[in-house]
Order: sequence, then structure tokens, then C-alpha cells
Amino acid sequence: MTDYDAIIVGAGHNGLVCGAYLAKAGKRVLVVDGRDQPGGCASTRELAAGFRISDCAQWLYQFDDLIVGELGLQAAGLTVGRRKQTVALQTDGDHLTIDGDLLRGAGIGTGDQAAYQAFRQQIDVFAKLMLKLYRGRAPKLVEADWTDRVTLMKLGLGLKLMGKGNMQDLMRLVLINIYDVMNENFDHEGLKAALAMDAITGTNMGPRSPNTVFTYLHRALGNQLQAGGVVQVMGGMGALGDALKSAAEAHGATVRLGCRVRQIVKEGDRVCAVLLDDGSTVQTKAVVSSADPTTTFGELLGCQHLETGMARRVTQYRTRSGTAKLHLALSGLPSFTGLDNGGLTQRLVIAPSMDAIESAFNPMKYAECGDRHVFDISIPSIEDPSLAPDGQHVLTALVHYLPYETKAGWAADRPQVLDGLVAQLEAYAPGLREQIVASELLVPPDFEAAYGMAGGNWHHGELSIDQALMMRPFPGSTQYATAVPGLFLCGAGAHPGGSLMGLPGRNAAKEILKQGALT
Amino acid sequence: MNQYDAIVIGAGHNGLTNGAYLAKAGLKVAVLERNPYIGGATVSRELHKGWYYSNCSYVSSLLRPEITRDLELPRHGLQVVPFGGGTTFMRNGDHFHNFDDHDRLHREMSRHSKRDANAYDRYAADTSLQTKLIRPYLMRTPPDPTSMKPRDLADLLEFARSFMALGEEKLLDTIKFWTGSVGDYLDGYFETDVIKAHIAGSGIIGTALGVYSPGTAYVLLHHYMGDVDGNVGAWGFARGGMGAIAESLSKAFQSYGGEIICDANVDEIIVRDGRAKGVALKDGTEYQADIVVSNLDPKRTFLDITNPKDLPEDVLKKAQNFKIRGSSGKLNIALDGLPTFTGIDPRSRMMGGEMHFSDSLERQERAYDDWKNGTWSKDPYLDMLIPSMTDPTMAPPGKHMMSVFVQYAPPKVEGRDWTDEDKDGFEKSVLDQISNYSPDFRDLILHCETRTPREIEAEVGLTEGNIFMGELTFDQLLFNRPFPGYSQYRAPIKGMYMCSSGTHPGGGVMAAPGANAAREILSDLKRPNTVPGGYADD
Amino acid sequence: MITSSRETMLLTTPFHSRVEAMCHLNDWGNWMGYTTPNAYFDVELEYFAIRSTTGVFDLSPMNKYRITGPDAEAYLNRMVTRNVSKLGVNRVGYAVWCNDAGSILDDGTIFRLGEQDFRLCSYQRADDWLYWCTLGFDVTITNESEDIAGLAVQGPTSCTVLTLLGCTGLDQLKPFGIAHFTFEGAPMMVSRTGFTGDLGYEVWVAPEQAEALWDQLFECGRDYLIKPIGGYALDLARIEAGFLQAHVDFIPAEEAVRPGRTRSPLELGLEWLVDFSKPLFNGRAALLEEKARGSRYRFAILDIEGNKPAEHSFILKGNKVVGTVTSAAWCPTVKSNLAYALIEAPHGKVGDQLTAEIYYQRELHWTRLMAPCRVIDGPLFNPKRRRQTPAPPF
Repeated sequence: MTDYDAIIVGAGHNGLVCGAYLAKAGKRVLVVDGRDQPGGCASTRELAAGFRISDCAQWLYQFDDLIVGELGLQAAGLTVGRRKQTVALQTDGDHLTIDGDLLRGAGIGTGDQAAYQAFRQQIDVFAKLMLKLYRGRAPKLVEADWTDRVTLMKLGLGLKLMGKGNMQDLMRLVLINIYDVMNENFDHEGLKAALAMDAITGTNMGPRSPNTVFTYLHRALGNQLQAGGVVQVMGGMGALGDALKSAAEAHGATVRLGCRVRQIVKEGDRVCAVLLDDGSTVQTKAVVSSADPTTTFGELLGCQHLETGMARRVTQYRTRSGTAKLHLALSGLPSFTGLDNGGLTQRLVIAPSMDAIESAFNPMKYAECGDRHVFDISIPSIEDPSLAPDGQHVLTALVHYLPYETKAGWAADRPQVLDGLVAQLEAYAPGLREQIVASELLVPPDFEAAYGMAGGNWHHGELSIDQALMMRPFPGSTQYATAVPGLFLCGAGAHPGGSLMGLPGRNAAKEILKQGALT
Repeated sequence: MNQYDAIVIGAGHNGLTNGAYLAKAGLKVAVLERNPYIGGATVSRELHKGWYYSNCSYVSSLLRPEITRDLELPRHGLQVVPFGGGTTFMRNGDHFHNFDDHDRLHREMSRHSKRDANAYDRYAADTSLQTKLIRPYLMRTPPDPTSMKPRDLADLLEFARSFMALGEEKLLDTIKFWTGSVGDYLDGYFETDVIKAHIAGSGIIGTALGVYSPGTAYVLLHHYMGDVDGNVGAWGFARGGMGAIAESLSKAFQSYGGEIICDANVDEIIVRDGRAKGVALKDGTEYQADIVVSNLDPKRTFLDITNPKDLPEDVLKKAQNFKIRGSSGKLNIALDGLPTFTGIDPRSRMMGGEMHFSDSLERQERAYDDWKNGTWSKDPYLDMLIPSMTDPTMAPPGKHMMSVFVQYAPPKVEGRDWTDEDKDGFEKSVLDQISNYSPDFRDLILHCETRTPREIEAEVGLTEGNIFMGELTFDQLLFNRPFPGYSQYRAPIKGMYMCSSGTHPGGGVMAAPGANAAREILSDLKRPNTVPGGYADD
Repeated sequence: MITSSRETMLLTTPFHSRVEAMCHLNDWGNWMGYTTPNAYFDVELEYFAIRSTTGVFDLSPMNKYRITGPDAEAYLNRMVTRNVSKLGVNRVGYAVWCNDAGSILDDGTIFRLGEQDFRLCSYQRADDWLYWCTLGFDVTITNESEDIAGLAVQGPTSCTVLTLLGCTGLDQLKPFGIAHFTFEGAPMMVSRTGFTGDLGYEVWVAPEQAEALWDQLFECGRDYLIKPIGGYALDLARIEAGFLQAHVDFIPAEEAVRPGRTRSPLELGLEWLVDFSKPLFNGRAALLEEKARGSRYRFAILDIEGNKPAEHSFILKGNKVVGTVTSAAWCPTVKSNLAYALIEAPHGKVGDQLTAEIYYQRELHWTRLMAPCRVIDGPLFNPKRRRQTPAPPF
């Protein structure tokens, strides 16, 4: 008799979503995580006394509304803020605002206005097609069963129904880079750069890397999944983890925090238990890992428990990332040239041009830090004053690109890189430095250490086509099952991939139940 | 007087091939050429007395053997001699020799890494599998996935079947290969920088992408899918330079009654009532024909010599968005004698092979960064050959001719046109690179022709100087080449066709686009096909 | 660094000076990048040295890998299909290894030199695969191919000759056993193994001892009619004895290009080497599935009528081609015309009557022969002396 039907490794959002669905289906589920907080990358942490920050993900933009409803997350306490506009900061203070379909400021022309609307419409058409593929397992092609064939037929039909023009465009676009597509459609450098930022977040690619249209589409799927647009979670991102935990528990799952899974235990030819850090072993019918594939196979299970070809695939899975995070506790509201309070609470992007993004990308390839970076900034304490003491604020920023390792080592390089980042922000927010009460810079190895994400990759593995869809994470371990009986994947390393989306967790739960793996 | 059944614009190898097959079918065909000489990018030119330069394309492998035989090119004087082998010089004074012989290559690789030497067999098998998948489609018109025509559906089904036969894992690996970067692909096999760098060069030649850019694994394949005498992936010299290919094609074409008209600079394709009716030259001369075939790249075809009012809007937009980026340059050098190279025995057969000077993927990626930043690579990737080591007709006895292909050179320098100073700087960076490994090389230079994208575009008419007439990335390959919906050689104007390297199966001196286009034209004319099918590959 | 020496095509083994002196036919081949003799003086007489006296074969080009470390046994157990735990120290085991798809990569012998110390001797190079197999294991892999010189000393008088060389008590060594001696003050390892199916040993020394070993061995063996043997004679012996060879009887899976060309151990008649009771080894899941589903091919040894070797023949059942021959020879000791064939299931069962389509040429005249043949249940050559301990003196 096993202790549980399923043990979910990791109480990140996907782990909790998967656990909640399995529990909802009447399964005995244990979700375990080494951190004391649920949510994984949806995390809130105190930066300094009274200052709280979302220390990994800072925006919610593609969390599936379907999951919110099905799991009752609102009842479980999830509250989100108002839809954020994207303000692309310009050095002259005349900023460009992207507000849904509308563009204003920074001398944006009517040509770009119209082009932007047409572009969004076409992207939505493509995203709707991708949605068919995202809310379920990615089909196998040769060994396709009936479910897979139905998916493939639906896709084929969807392609045809888009119309010949759209289909031709999609065939051309899906593998190319965002840089060209932006140049084809728009004139305004700031607009192009602000949109291109969506394509490169969390990746190891620059705007000129082919495949960045795919990553852009991946993010654009947010418009289909989450009606509310880009928002902040009230109470910090950790509140999403809290709500998911409550929901999972309400459905009957047990969530155990502060206890890391040390090992996924294989007996005979199948996985049957996990060994926890406290030395106890918990038996189960299946282990469902929301950890990334590299960690799941390479560390928790161990490559020695895989056949060699699979072990080779594990090590060849690409998990590098260039995304870093800057956290500042501020004694007052920073003053950004040309922005009032209403503007400051929006999503602020600093990326003067796509070439600036690309130039920020180049040094990272050679383990160098560069001196110009691009930023995606949030000052969440404006909409949510609970995050900082009265009248004071926190600022968090995604920073691109900083390498996983530097030649001198991060211990040596960190102070001056952090200083350089603040200096770059000061060009837009004079006096910012004087307001800093506390600061920190998290670089890819920090994310790896804190959240167990190999390479610090936010998507649990580069989200390029060759590691996406029916190839995710790699051939032989697709459709949430792995080559090892009793071991499943439900994290962002499984289809449809990264970002706070919840779909890998939901899809995995459905697939595991359908296969009858827990009976 | 100036009345023909078909007019082909551009006497490059594809134009001549296309013309030859149309003429062979009994059509009265004229091939018009802007330059006073034929060949396009397939030329040999005596730019220094006694020396002949293949001053654009410089080696042959992709030229389809079906066409060589069918048009009896050997009888018309073509002789292709394989050279084999290559060297990458290393900064530490060592080098890597890429021997043709398997055991010898193994031994050389073992010197760098035994694991790599062994992994090479796995690499070779996996890469051969990919060439086997693509080769059957070279002499075929790609099916159009957006079409519902029975022929397209049947072809698509066949296409799908050949991929399905691989089984799930190999199929997915194939998709990974077609969408991945050459750097990541090679990282999956090798641990040694120089071995990876030596191979990776084929993934970036002529391409405005870096070794770690997704899509470059296919470019590697594009350089592997040809053959010399059935040796897939082998390369050779056309004896007498690449012009010998154009020369033999022109003789084949003329043997079927075709006519070549040089110094004929086409201004516009004449269209009446939605039908192509001929062409008008810049000097006002007009030629009439119901079939007009453009061997110019898609941009020039639709944006230069076609009146926009004759084209649907989507095609104009597609032509504007067509990616044809200048990324390469070329140096052709007359040498007073054979230069010596550090670490190579002058009697070594490797002196007749390709030489490269980038010993790591990082150096190649940095060379690409320069291009992205709008300048030529300061540490360029070179594909350097001394054809006169193999072909005695290229230079006087005891003297040598050197061909240096350079990656990368931008179409514009920091956003402005190339200047002569830029050209000098570009030339210097290339000569410096070679001199690093050949101390006496500079002193032997008698004449040097330096071609930046500016010269390639101006003289050959390749937009931006792109050697493939359009990037070889998946968005522009197979049924996407040149644009989705227009991959079957027909332009949107009745009677107008495309036959350049900008169409399937793409660039390189392959002649397949010209032949495939001829087959479609003859089919539209309901004439018997004169174009051979592809050889079955085992 | 002018390196014209690198331009030389083939390597030579540590025995080369002696091999060259005895290679009266000057008939050389390329084996694994080494210059090796196809034949020394007469293929048939060399073959009969193996079967009647002692034949010496230079097997230095074989690939040798040392596998050491706490996980060495677990590492090999995951890699090969048989159970290495059952292999005692100073014992040798024949093994095959597969990829995840259950297709054979190569076969070879595993020498257990200590609890955590193994040597893998393989026909094909395996550096790449052995490396990938290390992921997750605490092992060290060393390619010692060039650090060890090896001679196969095979035939009825081989034990006696080696005893004279100083291998005292060698007759007590059981088949697949390993014994350690000293030769000229240096270690010399002898294993009772071989590729001939006869009584025989393989002798392993450092390259520095190679020439002296050769000299003394031939000195000791003179009265026992010791002879050097080349590749052709060995091939004849191995076919007679039922041994498979990579690139001849199967293609190493990672070098196969076309789908469906690889072979599994079940298809090659090597199921006895597959221990399904092990919870994990490369190819296990695929082989279990194959076992349930049935194999596509069946390895068969054919006894063919007549004396024309069935090299490269098609095998027919009635009028239908059901297989092809991979190895074939007229075998002089068992006086049979044998061939290995891969036959499409369900054909090829023991006792099946099939037809071999044989082409042969006499005075430039080609003849097509449809020779009846029968699937037999194992190699015909299997002498008692091969298994006897103590080993017989001649």
C-alpha cells in the first residue's frame, strides 16, 4: 500500500496546479517543496525590513483563466491589480505608451498605429491556433494515437480556416526572428524594441535570433489565456502561490513545505517513492516532477537510472538564460523624467532600440557582463502599498542580459554590475541612487540556487522550437510521461513551457489521469 | 525580328539551364545578359594577365549530376576535379586537417580528442540521414501546403511519408536539426573547439547568421547535400574556373538552338492584359515572348523589373520582406609563387584543400557580432583555396591563384554605403588573417581583386551581394522559397516565371532551380517534359 | 611544427618489425587504421595452424578501455545486456551493448581485473559511447588501446607453448579465466579467450615487451609448429566457430543511416546474453517490447549444399527472398559450407529448408547456383579441448 497516489516534486505554480487537479479527481496527493513558501517562482520575499518584493517573476500575463475558475483561485485569495500599460521610456522623457491596441506618445505615427493594430490582430489569429495545441498534450507524429490524430486534424483545419494569407504568413514567421518582423511592420524604434522585449524575456536569445517570433507568440498567448492583461498580484507574486496552495488543499492535496526532495527513488524498473531531506521515504504510485528536466533527471533521479541515450538528451537540453533581476528598496517614490504617478505604476521598459537589446545580448555569449542593459521595471508598491513602509517603495526590474558565469566570478563582479545598472536607471530616474535603502542583484546562478532551476532558466529550458511543442523537453520524454515508468513531468520543462501559465501542470494532471497511472 | 517563344533574363547558370531545357523542348529561346560576358556568379575572369579568377562562386559540388549528364556538359567541355581535404589553423600554432580518408581523419582527430574522433562516425551517420532526406527533393517542385490541388496533396503526403518512416524519435531529431543552430548541433557530438569550428564554417557561409543562430544547421546541410561523382558532400573545382560551368551550359543551350544576347540590360517586363509579353531593355530595345523567365533574385524580379501595378499587393510585400542579406565578401589574389603555411609541409596535399583560420565557435560568433554591428569581421572566417594547386589553367606555371571567401561583410557599413577606405580596411583584415599563418604570403601578391557586397551587387546583380539569392533559412526554403504560395516557379503574372537561386532548392551552383522551372513552364505549355528526374538515392 | 609523419596513412602495431619479417606474402590490410597482414604465407595453412598446432594473431589494434571506480560494475551493468555482477575477478565475459532502441552498438569482452577494475576489449571504437555512459556514475574511463600489445595464441598446442614461455600452471586456467605472469620482469596477463572457437589464449603485455614476447613465443613454439596467422585465416576460424563481427554481421547502431538497418541482440540470436532480470540496462524497455511483439529478423546459421561459399547471397523461401547472407565460408575442419544469414521472421527457424542464391565465377564465366540449405542449431565446430580443464597438451 503506497502512502500516496502521486507525489508532486516542487510546490511551484505548476506543481500546485497539477496537485490540485489530481486531488480534485479524488487522488491522494502530496506536494513537497524545499522552500518555506509555496509558489516557486511566484514568490514574495522581504528585501529589507518592511520592504517586500516579488523576487522572481514580477508580472502575471498568461495565467490561464480556465485554471483560475476551475480551481477556485479567487475564492482561495488570489487578487490581481489593474491591467498595466507598457511604457517604453525614452531618454527625452517623451515616453511611448502601449495601452492594449492603442499607442501614444514619443511621436508615434499613424502608420505605426494602424500597423500595430493589424499586427495584433494577426498575432491573435496565430495565438488562437496555438491555443489548440497549448491546452492539451502536444501530439506525437509517428506514434500518434487517436487523441493525437484528432489534435493534428484540428490543427490542420485551424490552419486552413485562418485563410491562405495567414497560413502563408505563419509558415514564414514561425521560425524567424522578431527583429525582422518588427522592422517589416513598424518604423518607431522604441515601439519595436518594447515589443521585442516580450520575445526575449527569460531566454538565451537576442531579437536577431531566429525563433524569437515563436517566443513572442508564446507570450502573446497571454491575450488568449488571461483576459486581464499584464497585471501585478496583490501581496506580491507569492500570493499566487498561497492561493494555489489553499486551492490544492481545499481539493484534498497535502502540501508539505520546507522539506526538499533529495531523491526520486527507483525500485526495479519503476519509480516508487521519494526520499526527503529529513531522511524519510514516502511511497507513491507515481512521482510527478515540476522541477525542470535537467534537475529532475540529472539530480533527483540521477542519470545512472536512465538509459544512456536519454541521459545524453538530458545533458544536451539547453538551459542557459541571460535574465537577471534588480531589486531596490526606496525611501520614496522615484522620479522618472516625464512620468507621473499614473505612469510610474505601469510596466516600464527601458530598451532604446532593438539593436540596443542585441548589443546587450552579445557580451553575455562570452561570459561578459557588458555595460548597457535593457530593463522591464515594476514599482508594485504604488498599487499595493502593503509591500513597503508608508511613503516608501520597492522597485524590481528584469534585466537583460547577464551571463550565468563571468570570467572573474559573480562574487567579484556583482557589486560593480549592480552599480552600473543603477547608473543606467538614473539616466531615466535622476536621484534614484540617493533613495536606495537596500538593493540586490540576482543573476542566473542565484535563480538556480533559490528555485532549483537549472541554468537559472525561467522557462525550465530554452523555449526555442527545437525544444518546444512535441519536442519538449526532448524526444522520448514527451507528453508528460518519461522513459522511466512511474515518473512524470508537470513543470515548465514540459509542453507548453514556461511563464506563469499553469498549463503544463493542468495538462500533465489530465494526461496522468487519462493514462490511469494512479490506479 | 525580336520575337521568341521564351525569354530568360540573366545568363547565370540557372538561366542557361532553364533556357537549355526550354530550347531542348523546341522553343525558340533567348537568354538576355546585362554584362558583356555570361555566367552571372559562375564566371572565370582574367583580371590579371595570365590569371583566371572564379571571382564569385569558386567550388562545385551542388551542380546536379542529372543535369550534367542530361545536357552532356562533359561533352561541352566541363571537367570537375575534386580537391578534398581542408585545414583549420589554430592560434596555438597547431592545426586540424580534415582528411577525406576515414582512418587518416580519425587519426588526426584523435590527436585533438579520441572521443571526438569516435563521435565523428555518429555525426557522419546522423548528418547523412539528413542529406538523404533532402536530396530526393532537389530536382522536384515543392508541394504547396496551402493548396488543395490533388498534385500538391499527393506530393505533401509523399513528403510526409518519407519523414514518418524515420520513426517518432528520429523524426523529432530531424525537426530539431532543421530548426537548430550548427553550434548546438555540433556541441552534441564534439568537445574540441577546432573540430567544431572547422565543421561549423559550412553552417555560416553566405549566411547572415551566427554559428549559434537557430537555422544554421540546415545551412551546413546545404553544403553537404551535393556530390562529386557520387561522393556525397565532396567538393571540386571546375577545370578552367567556375566559368567553365557557364560555358558548357551555354554550349548545351546553343546546341539546342538557343540564343544568348549580352549587353542586354532589362528595364521592365512587358505585361499586357495580365500576361507577360516580353521585355524592354534600358536602351529601349524590346523583345517579345509569351514566356518570360526571370533568373534575377526575387527582390530584383518583383521590385526592379516588374511594374508594381502588374503585381498583387501581397507579392510586393513579400518581395520587400524577402530576406536577402549581404554577409560575404571575396578576395581573388594572383600570387607570384606558392606561399608557405605554418605547420604544413608544402608538399602536403592539404595545400590543395580549403584553409580556414577560425579555430573556435566563439571566434566565429564574434565575427558575426561585427556584422550585426554593421562592420566587417575583424577576425573573419575565411574559406581560402589555391585552385592552381589542382587546376593548372588558373595561373602561369609556378604561379598561383588564391580564392578567399570571407564571412562576414555587411551590405552597408554602419548604415551607409561602402567607401573605398572601407574596402581597404576589409581587405587588410583578410590579408592580416592569412599572414598570421603565412609569413611570406603578402610578398607574393601580384594582384588582388577585393569584392565587398557593394561590388558583388554592382557587378553580378545579387541584391546586397547575397550569394544564395536569399537567406537559406526555413522561412525561405522548400515551399517557402521564395515566398509561401509562390514556390512553384510561377510568378503571379501569367506567362512569367522565376528560375533563380531564390527559388527552390536555393543557392549554390546547383542548376536545379533552372531545370525545375523549365519543367513547370513546359507543363503549362502542355509540351513534353525535357527535364530529367532526380536520381534515386539509396 | 612540420608534420609530414602525420601524412602517413596507417599505424603499425608494437609487433610490426616481427610481423613484417614473417609476412612472406606481403599481403597487407587495413584494420582499424593499422597495417595488418591479411595473410603471412598461406591462408589455408595458417588456418590449420589454429586448428592443429598454434596460430599467433596480432590483436593489438583491438580497442581496449579501462573502466575503474566505485561505480564501475554498475556502469557496465547499465551499459551491457548481460549481468556483470556475476562476473568474478579474473574472469572474462563476452557481452553486447545496445542503444536505447535495443539496437546493437558492438560486442566485446569484459575483463574483470578487480572489484572496481574492468577492461573492455571491443572491435569497434567506443570512446564516444563509453563517455556518454558515464553520466551519473563515478567511474574513470581510459583508452589504453595503445598502451597494451596483445597476441592471440590459439590452437591445440597453445597451452604447451605458453607454459614453455613461463606460464606455469596455465593448463589449470578455465575458459574465460585470467592469469597473471611476469615476462622479462614485467607483468604479462593471459586470458583463456579467443575468436577461433578452439583452445586458445590471449596474451597482453606492455608495448615495450612486444618484440621480445614475439621472439620468445616463436622460439618456445617452434617444436609445436607455431605459425603467425593473418586476418583471412582468423575470419575463416571465426565463421566456423559462430562468432559475429561488427560491420559484417551487423552495423553498429549509431553508424546506421537508413531506418530499419540496425539489429537487436534478439535478432542476432544473442538472447542468452540478455539478462532481463536486471532492472535497467540500455535497450531493456525496447527489447522487452520486441520480445513481446516478435523480432523482425532471425539470425540463422545455414548449412549449404555443395562447396561454393554463399558470400553476399540472397536467401529464398520458395521464390521469395527472405534474407541475405552476412558471412560465409567453406569450413575446412567441419567440412561444411556454412553461412550466417539474417532471415525475415517467421522464417529461419532451426530445421527450416531454404535456398541460397549463389553466384560464382570460373574462367570469367558466372554461374548462378540455387543451393538448398538448412538452418542448424549452432556452430558445427565445438571441440572438447575448447572447454577442457586442465587444458590438453596438444
